[in-house]
Amino acid sequence: MSYLGYPDFFEPYIKKVEQTRPARVEKRKKGEEFPFMSLQERQEMLKYHPDYKEEGRREIKIGPSKGYKIAHEFVDLLEARSRVDPDKVDLTRVDYDTDVLVIGGGGAATIAALVADENGAQVLMATKLRHGDANTMMAEGGIQGASKGGKDSPYYHYLDVMGGGHFKNDPDIVATFVKQAPDALQWLESLGVMFSKFPDGRLEAMHGGGTCRKRMHYCADLSGMEIMRTVRDEARNRKNIKVLEFSPAVELILNEHRQCAGAVLYNMETEEYLVARAKAVILATGGAGRLHVQGFMTTNHYGATADGIVLGYRAGVPLSFLHTVQYHPTGVVFPEQIEGWLITERFRSEGADVLNVDGEKFVNEREPRDVESARFIKECLDGRGIPTPTGKVGVWLDSPMLDILHGEGRVRTAFVGKWKVYNRLGIDISKAPMLVYPTLHYQNGGLKDNAECETAVLGLYVAGEVTGGLHGENRLMGNSLMDIVVFGRIAGKNAAIFAREKAKDGELTLKHVKAYLKELKEAGIVTDRVAPMLLPDYTTAEVKEKQLTVSYLGTLR
Amino acid sequence: MSAKQTKRKPATAARHRARKPAATAVKEEKKAPVREEKKIAAKLIPIYIMGKRYEIPEGLTIMKAMEYAGYILIRGCGCRGGTCGACGTVYRKPGDYKLQVALACQKTVEPDMYIAQIPFFPANRAAYEFAGLTAAPEEIFKLYPELFRCVACNSCTKACPQGIEVMDTISALKQGNITGAAQLSFDCIQCGLCTSRCFGELAQYHMFQLARRIYGARIVPRAEHLAGMVKAVNEGKYDRMLDQLKRIKEDELKRLYQEREVEPMGAGEDWKPKDTTYL
Repeated sequence: MSYLGYPDFFEPYIKKVEQTRPARVEKRKKGEEFPFMSLQERQEMLKYHPDYKEEGRREIKIGPSKGYKIAHEFVDLLEARSRVDPDKVDLTRVDYDTDVLVIGGGGAATIAALVADENGAQVLMATKLRHGDANTMMAEGGIQGASKGGKDSPYYHYLDVMGGGHFKNDPDIVATFVKQAPDALQWLESLGVMFSKFPDGRLEAMHGGGTCRKRMHYCADLSGMEIMRTVRDEARNRKNIKVLEFSPAVELILNEHRQCAGAVLYNMETEEYLVARAKAVILATGGAGRLHVQGFMTTNHYGATADGIVLGYRAGVPLSFLHTVQYHPTGVVFPEQIEGWLITERFRSEGADVLNVDGEKFVNEREPRDVESARFIKECLDGRGIPTPTGKVGVWLDSPMLDILHGEGRVRTAFVGKWKVYNRLGIDISKAPMLVYPTLHYQNGGLKDNAECETAVLGLYVAGEVTGGLHGENRLMGNSLMDIVVFGRIAGKNAAIFAREKAKDGELTLKHVKAYLKELKEAGIVTDRVAPMLLPDYTTAEVKEKQLTVSYLGTLR
Repeated sequence: MSAKQTKRKPATAARHRARKPAATAVKEEKKAPVREEKKIAAKLIPIYIMGKRYEIPEGLTIMKAMEYAGYILIRGCGCRGGTCGACGTVYRKPGDYKLQVALACQKTVEPDMYIAQIPFFPANRAAYEFAGLTAAPEEIFKLYPELFRCVACNSCTKACPQGIEVMDTISALKQGNITGAAQLSFDCIQCGLCTSRCFGELAQYHMFQLARRIYGARIVPRAEHLAGMVKAVNEGKYDRMLDQLKRIKEDELKRLYQEREVEPMGAGEDWKPKDTTYL
């Protein structure tokens, strides 16, 4: 038996939501909002945020950011051995030779490849999974850029980005970002991205958490997918962009001039390690949700395992803002099949209330993400969350309100992706609310760079989620998709120019890897961990207990 | 997350293979806390992965069921959220002639399913110079002449895990209706299952991609306000404002942030702020 598609267990809880709904809809219609927290209140609330839990992190003992406290899961990967013995890689046997090597297969990587090509470079993209299997593909909510001069400008976008990031962001990077955002939107438009528009061509726009103007543009609820498949399609038209799938980089290669000069790639299917030589390298490997920091579920794609952080750090690039990780406030807690799945912030932007076990509001829906998540966690810790039959807890997101506020069919048409998936599970989210809880979503920080995407290593450029600085300690909705476009383009251009004008030919080396391993040993870290992780391991304990092969014979394990 | 989480180790790349046993236990310092194991009380049901029987707790997706069985996926697994098209899967149930399709990350296992993934399927894609295309249907006909090999069997539509009316979209394209094709195919995740079933050997999803790009860039009017903003930025209109913001002290920045006027949720397109100094 079920109630609106949920097990009977939920019936009394859903009924409470239904009881309070008419009055809440009336308030919405009158424009009455739940008050925002003051900066002071936000600060206090953040102690409920997982980032602020001391037991969740430790100091890293080696490398350029030695002494920096970050999540155990990151430290575990950084205090780990290389996947290969650097002495065994024959760097004189070059398997691939190119001007610009792009490591990664998502939005930032693809956009960088396009622009590097436009600047005359031969490009090789090395991707871990298929080209396009990336968090970009999954971004739903939208892309921020000040486009409406009558009410908005880069000035206000700047203030919002800084406020969201606790005023800690890198000002140069933010200024470049907000200034380049409109041009980036126009570039996407010219490539044929199907933005949601009014009939006269004006871009639809809405609020996101922490925005003062409606500047969130979107492509229905599949914004990232639409952008990703469009730029991927364009990359496939370019003769000078070659894509090597299922071949992640496992170490960067430097040369005798301390310039980045390629990478060791790993063919995951034949298990060969291959040498790719390049005049410049762009690292755009994305995020780290699959590390399951503090045991949290994640919205991230299968390959989000922080590989770029490991590679860049070993080569000498310091970390920046990696002490904060973004928990998206609304991940699905129930049904189990889609646990961790992202429910776009747009539901809240359009007016869906967040509710506790009594069906009552307890927070404004548009607080910055870290504050919003912390508030949800607090409500559940205080015993006002909704329990599930599987022993978890969550809060309601009252999607049916949107059909009442914006007209019958709004949920079905504006959130077609969500509606379809829930519908397959027997739940109509235009009739029943969704049960949500914070879920690991985004790596706010990463490898330190500047507004030109340059790093501490000459010839090594970075772009997208693998970097740290733009978002400070907390990213706002819609700024990650814009991040990959603005800085993907800058990285692509600068890498192409470097390859043409500044790259010096020289002997390839993995000395930095050897030095790193030595440092590991000297710090007394004895471990059998290897990194980068490449893929998460979801094998059960029962299966592992029976995997008893003594040693590998050929490639058969 | 997956049915059971165990202590994580770097995954090897081996697919369907048992892995090397952990090296002799070494003394380690502090480590990330091991995730709690979830106990599964669910009933076990039989499924057949490429014909081989496994007992799987009910309620899991096909993807998690394969992982529960011991598979480490390299291919056939991408976003795990139903949007990337990496995990197209076909299955049949005993006694049923009908071939069913699904995304492995979305479909819940059912007893006695015979499952095979189709992580890759060769498909013809035409390369083109996008800048040179207008919105003339003949351009698409020339790039994809096989479009007219469609025999309207509707196998493509039946094979679409997204529920797209694939055959209708092809019909729209044949009629030169690029707008219709773009809109009908908007949810396409390019998994290629339609192509795998096509009697006329079409690569529908590549054709749809082309239609959407032409629609987005050539048919829908461009955003004039956007072009206006780009021009203003390029003329340096905001350079000084941003330079000032970059230089001011954190307290002052905080004040500006808190005092900034917030556009009301319900405001219409014509809303104007009181302060227009920084526009």
